[in-house]
Amino acid sequence: MKFSSLFNNKKKRSKSRNDDQQDYDLYIENYDDYAQEDYLVDRKKPSNGKQLMLVTYIFVAVFVAMMGYTVYYQAVKSPEVINSSYNKRQDIFSDKIVRGKILSNKKEVLAETQVSSDGTETRYYPYENIFAHVVGYSAKGKSGIESNANFTLLRSNAPLLERIKNTLQGEKNMGDNVVTTLDLSLQKTAYNAMGSYRGAIIVMEPETGKILAMVSKPDFDPNTIESSWDSLVADASGESRLLNRVTHGIYPPGSTFKIITTLAYLRQNNNDVDSYHFDCTGSITKDNVTINCYHNSVHGDIDLKTSFAKSCNSSFANIGLILDKGKFAKTCDSLLFDQKLSLPFSYKQSSVSISEDSDTDEVMQTAIGQGKTQMTPLHMAMITSAIANEGDVMKPYLIDSVENYEGTLIKEYSSKKSCTIMSEEEAGILKELMRAAVTEGTASKLSTSTYTAYGKTGSAEYNNEKGMSHSWFTGFAEANGKTIVTTIIVEGAGSGSEYAVPIAGKLFSEYFTNE
Amino acid sequence: MIDLLVELSKYVFIIMIGIYTYFCFRVFSKKGEDYKNLLYLKQKIIIFLLHFMMNFIVFIQIDSMELIIFYLAQVIFFAALPALYNVIYPRASKLLLNNMCMLLMIGFVMLSRLSFDRAVRQFEIVVASAVITLFVPYLIRKITFLKDLTYFYAGTGIILLAIVFIIGRVTYGAKLSFEIAGIGIQPSEFVKIIYVFFIASMLCKSKEFYQVLQTSIFAAIHVIILVISKDLGSALIFFIAYLFMLYIATHKLLYLGAGTLLGCVAAVAAYFLFSHVRVRVLAFTDPFSVIDNEGYQVTQSLFAIGTGGWFGMGLYQGYPKLIPVVEEDFIFSAISEELGLLFALCVILIYLSCFIMFIYIAMQIKDEFYCLCTTGLACVLGFQTFLTIGGAVKFIPSTGVTLPLISYGGSSCFSTMIIFAIIQGIFISQKTKTPGKHKKEVS
Repeated sequence: MKFSSLFNNKKKRSKSRNDDQQDYDLYIENYDDYAQEDYLVDRKKPSNGKQLMLVTYIFVAVFVAMMGYTVYYQAVKSPEVINSSYNKRQDIFSDKIVRGKILSNKKEVLAETQVSSDGTETRYYPYENIFAHVVGYSAKGKSGIESNANFTLLRSNAPLLERIKNTLQGEKNMGDNVVTTLDLSLQKTAYNAMGSYRGAIIVMEPETGKILAMVSKPDFDPNTIESSWDSLVADASGESRLLNRVTHGIYPPGSTFKIITTLAYLRQNNNDVDSYHFDCTGSITKDNVTINCYHNSVHGDIDLKTSFAKSCNSSFANIGLILDKGKFAKTCDSLLFDQKLSLPFSYKQSSVSISEDSDTDEVMQTAIGQGKTQMTPLHMAMITSAIANEGDVMKPYLIDSVENYEGTLIKEYSSKKSCTIMSEEEAGILKELMRAAVTEGTASKLSTSTYTAYGKTGSAEYNNEKGMSHSWFTGFAEANGKTIVTTIIVEGAGSGSEYAVPIAGKLFSEYFTNE
Repeated sequence: MIDLLVELSKYVFIIMIGIYTYFCFRVFSKKGEDYKNLLYLKQKIIIFLLHFMMNFIVFIQIDSMELIIFYLAQVIFFAALPALYNVIYPRASKLLLNNMCMLLMIGFVMLSRLSFDRAVRQFEIVVASAVITLFVPYLIRKITFLKDLTYFYAGTGIILLAIVFIIGRVTYGAKLSFEIAGIGIQPSEFVKIIYVFFIASMLCKSKEFYQVLQTSIFAAIHVIILVISKDLGSALIFFIAYLFMLYIATHKLLYLGAGTLLGCVAAVAAYFLFSHVRVRVLAFTDPFSVIDNEGYQVTQSLFAIGTGGWFGMGLYQGYPKLIPVVEEDFIFSAISEELGLLFALCVILIYLSCFIMFIYIAMQIKDEFYCLCTTGLACVLGFQTFLTIGGAVKFIPSTGVTLPLISYGGSSCFSTMIIFAIIQGIFISQKTKTPGKHKKEVS
């Protein structure tokens, strides 16, 4: 039966070669019947070889891509990922490794673990309160660099033989040291200059993003964190001593925000600085909203440069009214307000409230840096460094390199560009205006021949209490081809020119005279 | 001393599995039968050595008598299974047999380290499955009407999936299983096999547009039930298997392209329609922003892989239990954490060698039905492996499927062993049917 069907089929094949499809179907239909038993006939079936190869290639490619990604993750991404404070695996390393040191940029010890003869370990911070926030603590949880570099400090790249020997003898290995970008002398200067005030200071290199100093006050002594922990957390006096005000303190920017308002004006007027004029009578009123100049000073007929240099509130409220609200909001967006700064350490996001729907009050208040605007000194320093660095923001960073306990370099971190937030031309104009604030305006205390300073002061009112204001300064100085940026806020001190500017002066002269 | 042994052992493990994996691909060369048999023997030795050393390293750390007994039971199993195959099916593929044993062995070691009770339970299921599946190759050869049960396959599959959808219990947000007499059964694991049989039997009859359309509709019903049961992993596996089988049957790249496109459109639609899809995608794109909730699992997995590094923490030295459902969906991360990423990469390559062997077998088969079945099952297994591992390393969003033969899960392990047995059956019958023609093939 089966043989005959095969026979018939073959006959049919030869007869109806024209009707290929029908023939083929029939062939396939019968093919299965005889395929089970008949092995002598050379059964022709469409070969799947090519197609199966393609399927194989696709799967192999997908698998290889996945393996490639995993290798990439392990080699490139994982060091940062596993350093997360959520990774509970870190603690197991402390049983086997003596936590490494944290060093300044010139290798002075900022934190080290001292092991006593009975094996007890104590974390020692020789500079006590001075580096409290930035270096952090590592008991009662972790903060600052102690937290960010936790994993690195608990890894040992000591020579292999030595590690094997230690493992054999049941002794701990020495963890790697972290070399920070922090400069001891600048940090000390900043710390002392702040005196007994509360506030924050950040000093960084705009061309690299290296943070040279980071001070927050009031502070604490990380050496005694365990005994003082309860009172620090209870915070009965409301001082928030544990808070790093540079990265997590959000303040009204006051007049320093005029940098942003100016940039918005430049963007909407083709970078035309010269045609703006305003007659300042000490205040400006629109829709029953009145904005006063600081101490009701009358600035008279002024242009943009003088408005900026003298920090004329009336003139900037007026600029706010001229501006297209939507575009103003866009400028703020481009300067990373309400956005992630994507930094290698934690921070608080700055916020600004301006949109198409903003009313006159909000527009005028925002333009002079009051209203709902809140920002961190860190963010202000990043905007300032863009002005000093032709519009580019370099990613601020604190960890410069990692070395093993003997000082052999293990890993070096290089500076990376974060983003471009303004054009070179815009940066140039703002730089010119900030120079004017030094030569003929509110920051004139920085006029010196040692360096060329640029800046903007601010006196930010808070709590709606007149006369109570934070003293701001943000700016930079150049000399001998070097530039440093600093942003300073002194809480509740008064005007920027009186309190914050002299601190900047001390920092600049420390940096440029000691280099 | 123990520390040093553990520390050194991980390098030895990596070297040994490295050699094993190398052999997995070496057998595809054109060398003669004797040479290959020698490789298979060496592979077997490596499995036993690795098995012994891994258990030894665990033993010196936990010092438990139970472990020794369990180990010896496993040794008997790994000796008996290939021996039985050797007697009953001397022509069975030794590569697939070795790979199956290797993967099962890694599974037992990891499970007994993670949860001893579960490891024992898994072992019981594997032994039972091995006994049952021993008959499968015989049945494949003897039952001639397998390709005629077309609608029986589709009907059974759809009814089973529908039952799960209606009365299934919810695990991790998805309806996957129901209980019979206290045993949780995950039907989709078995339906995927008969689903492949259904498509193969449809497409080997005719490749007319109408037939393709009909097949597509039935395939789509399977996939849709799985999607609404929130079993996204299985839905994807079913979809991909169908796509590739259709391509192999029709030789039309158009179907493959159109299907892929359709799949992408469906994925985008699913993203907007279902919140659980959005959750998975969010946990994929930015797990650290939702680290306390949706992203917890995948970030823990990344911590495990990253902390383990290339060489691992050493067996019993890591904290794999910090990863939720580590025994099932994320066992790959546990392997990578303790045995090292290099070891884990070798595991991926072993799966890949199984896949290539499956396709290699498909190429030899003259019978189209079995060719399509083999291709389909290869895709099911290959893609499932890809989904699990890809999810664990965050290459793709996590879909919650198991790692075949290694993960804890009776249904999954049983069904994978059935797949291996079916392919062995197909391989054996193909070899007996064409005597003397394929002397230089992989066995």
